[in-house]
Amino acid sequence: MRTIDRRSLLGLVRDAQGRAGPDRKGLTEQEARALADRILGLSGAEETQVRLASGWRANTRFAVNRVTTAGSSEDITASITARFGKRAASITTNRLAEDGLREAVRGAEELARLAPENPERLPLPGPQSYATVHGYFDSTAELDADRRAAVAASAIAEARGSGDLEAAGFLRPTAGSTTIANSAGVFAYHPGTQFEYSITARASDGSGSGWAGTGGRDWSEVEHEELSARAVEKAMRSRDPRPLEPGVYTAVLEPAAVSELVGLLTRSLSARSADEGRSAFSRKGGGTKIGEPIVDSRVTISSDPAALGAAPFAGAGGFGGAGSDDAGLPLKPTTWIDKGVLENLFYSRYWAQRQGVEPTGFPNTFIMQGEDRSLEDLVSSTERGVLVTRFWYIRAVDPRTILYTGLTRDGVFLIKDGRIAHPVNNFRWNDSPLAVLGKLEAMSRPVRVTPTREVPAIRTSEFTFSSVSEAI
Amino acid sequence: MERRDFVKSSALTAGAIALVGPRLSAAGSAQAGSTTATSMPAPPAVDAATRDLLMEALDAATGAGAGYADARVGLYRNRRIGTRERRVTNVSESDSLGLGVRAFVSGSWGFAATREMSREAAVRAGRKAAAIGAANARVERSLVTLAPVEPYGDVSWSSSYEIDPWDVPIGDKVQYLLDLNEVALGTQGVSFVSSELHFVKIETTSATTEGTIAAQRIIRVNPQMSITAVAPDRSDFQSRGAVLDPAGRGWEYIRDRMTPEAVEVWASEAVQKLSAAAVEPGPYDLVLHPSNLWLTIHESIGHPTELDRALGYEANYAGTSFLAPPSQVIGRTRYGPEFMQIVGERTSEGGLATIGWDEEGVKAQEWPLIENGIFVDYQTTREQVAWISDLTGIQRSHGCSHAQNWSSIPFQRMPNINLLPALEDVTLEDVIGATDRGIYVESRGSYSIDQQRYNFQFGGQVFWEIRGGKKTRMLRDLAYQARTLDFWNAMDMIGGAGTYYVGGSFYDGKGQPGQVNAVSHGCPVARFHQINILNTGRRRAG
Repeated sequence: MRTIDRRSLLGLVRDAQGRAGPDRKGLTEQEARALADRILGLSGAEETQVRLASGWRANTRFAVNRVTTAGSSEDITASITARFGKRAASITTNRLAEDGLREAVRGAEELARLAPENPERLPLPGPQSYATVHGYFDSTAELDADRRAAVAASAIAEARGSGDLEAAGFLRPTAGSTTIANSAGVFAYHPGTQFEYSITARASDGSGSGWAGTGGRDWSEVEHEELSARAVEKAMRSRDPRPLEPGVYTAVLEPAAVSELVGLLTRSLSARSADEGRSAFSRKGGGTKIGEPIVDSRVTISSDPAALGAAPFAGAGGFGGAGSDDAGLPLKPTTWIDKGVLENLFYSRYWAQRQGVEPTGFPNTFIMQGEDRSLEDLVSSTERGVLVTRFWYIRAVDPRTILYTGLTRDGVFLIKDGRIAHPVNNFRWNDSPLAVLGKLEAMSRPVRVTPTREVPAIRTSEFTFSSVSEAI
Repeated sequence: MERRDFVKSSALTAGAIALVGPRLSAAGSAQAGSTTATSMPAPPAVDAATRDLLMEALDAATGAGAGYADARVGLYRNRRIGTRERRVTNVSESDSLGLGVRAFVSGSWGFAATREMSREAAVRAGRKAAAIGAANARVERSLVTLAPVEPYGDVSWSSSYEIDPWDVPIGDKVQYLLDLNEVALGTQGVSFVSSELHFVKIETTSATTEGTIAAQRIIRVNPQMSITAVAPDRSDFQSRGAVLDPAGRGWEYIRDRMTPEAVEVWASEAVQKLSAAAVEPGPYDLVLHPSNLWLTIHESIGHPTELDRALGYEANYAGTSFLAPPSQVIGRTRYGPEFMQIVGERTSEGGLATIGWDEEGVKAQEWPLIENGIFVDYQTTREQVAWISDLTGIQRSHGCSHAQNWSSIPFQRMPNINLLPALEDVTLEDVIGATDRGIYVESRGSYSIDQQRYNFQFGGQVFWEIRGGKKTRMLRDLAYQARTLDFWNAMDMIGGAGTYYVGGSFYDGKGQPGQVNAVSHGCPVARFHQINILNTGRRRAG
């Protein structure tokens, strides 16, 4: 075991954890600025970048009609990137006492001096201005163990009350703040909350399974009883599925499934891969497919941090971590696919400069527009098709066509003459979001599926179910 | 180190192993259940300050009503080095230190963790864990009981490694990758190469109220490389990735396997894939190299034999298991042929899930999951034993409790799970020679399986047609798709110990919130009779 740091923690950090004042979780802007300044002040590197992630995460799980585990933790981590010219290295630590910080800063400097030059390295960006985004909600930050247990108890009661069903589910709130600061003058701070909640109801004899779930930032918007009821109803209706042959079917995909498909598409939007000839968006002979229609003309997919309560700067989560040249750049609203036409690809700062265009953020939050109708309307206007609740175990098969394979799960039904006729077996599928959205027939109003995604349910005229899965 | 010196020394160390190829080189040192420690570094000792914190946490939890508690202090370190062609894309290091406490209160679990290393914080975490357990116990009175475990007192353990990766200078590691990239780029037709080294060092001390306090050190390495060839007219691109598997070993593992000679082979395979023939879909006899088969074992044997899954505890995420209910399957389900022996273990040298004691103070062990083709036992933790002890006659945990770090709750995770080789000396050439019309697959590719583990589809990296007992031409764009029990019962030939190889992953995922687990799977080459092959190059893969 390494020596444990038993010295008193940095005063400001203790303040952040123990203070009774404004009851926000994670570092306040003032505390974050003080900690970032402290780290930048310790650094002897030519350029220094700091990312601070702080806050609380808690969870409660239930299964087989009882609460199985629950827990919570608080942490503050600092990722420190030191640079000397085109040499750079990062150290991430949660040891924030004076000696821990000094050790980390010195370590980053040492690593950076040793690292060979990266010719693609750009100087860190200077001061920026950001849109103000409201992403912190007390309704989520205050989901303590008793409140979470009450949600679980209500879901379990709903399942019990409907016969021999067993509920399994998960509620996870997080609350905290993220900061990017650098020696060139960037200071970007964003406090935020997130939650995810899902429930699976299963027949205790294994003959049926139903799922419902959501995610977002403001727990007060969630009607969790309604979600439990939906999962339970789906489990009841899904019992004893009838066999349906694999093949190409008209399919109504619920928002959870659409969110996965669209995510496969957005993560393939790298301009660099396209320019280098190794992407579905490479044009034969060179260049990209920007400006070309790639899916149905009603499909519009865009990113706008303000619309989903996400941090308005790169590097806060997902892509563009502390080490990247892009961290701290403002994220502007960007349309990737506009009425079916490929409008934009993801350009990192480096690749944008090389290609002479403006950099974009990475599409790790997105909204897909829909049409003014409900999921029920999509079903009732379907002559014959398969209704899919959600997908499972999606993996890339061929990046040239964005071909993926995956399975259906927790509620698959045959639709006949506008009505759900009966449950059918699960399937393995092999298909590409480009093909599915190319054969789009209709969409519902978009709904929030995760903290970072909002999509409609869709009906596509062709979806390839390639083999049967006996899983229920 | 000067670049010239560096190249010289790496070439020297590479010599011995490169001739037989990197993929088979592990066989000698990685026999299932091998106990010969080539190098066992001094194990860590329990440090007095850490013991003090752990005891405070445990006392606080029991004082607040816990009938049982366990706690761990851990320092988790990761170092990553990434390169692309002739440049460095990433040099990063992270460390995280903290304390986590799990409390068992009236049959329910609570967990709390803190990054503060003080007695006060340890007490707060212990009390909080017990309070969360009590809140859960109010929802439902549960009947969970914990299987007995021996108190081991003060114990310690370390992974076996020759060279601590933290002792190799960053500059040497970066240069090592850049030199290998140069080898790949020197191959006609190769346009891109990326390579990465990921090192893990975990030092934990865990304590239980049953009387075990264990100081342990884990070292793991994960070398990766992907080489891409693009057709001259940009109409096509093909990559060779998944070239090596991670292991619970030190720098020597990389030095011996990730060699210039090996890179030349991988690069030429990437280029050959551009002109390889598209597979004609249909049934073939499938010969799987262990570098491909390990993942199939992981997905279609490892996950279905997790007892919590089988009983519905993972229903909302990872899924359940076709291998249920236990009373219907233990001692009854024929998984595969008579010669199929599957063991679970946390004891093999170099295994990623290998450990001295688990999070509940249960000593690492090896046990059969499938014996003579019949399913006989699951993976268990202390709370799971009573669920099946009437069926197995086993009254103790198999030691599968694991938490990914100090801030995560321990739960049942997969141990190393291995397919034992044939007792006879059957070589890869023997297996191919005995196959008339088949396909030989190396290294893992795309992989997907349903949540009860019935239906799977796996790809690979390199595919060869077998005709009349000989490897003929390279094939591409293919995946094999099967039902788990059909597939394993179609296994009709396995290699001997000489073909044994240990694959594995850093990223076995399970639980909510998701936790990763590192796990190894050893196996020999194996053949499967008449398995369905898909052509994935066609838009609708059929």
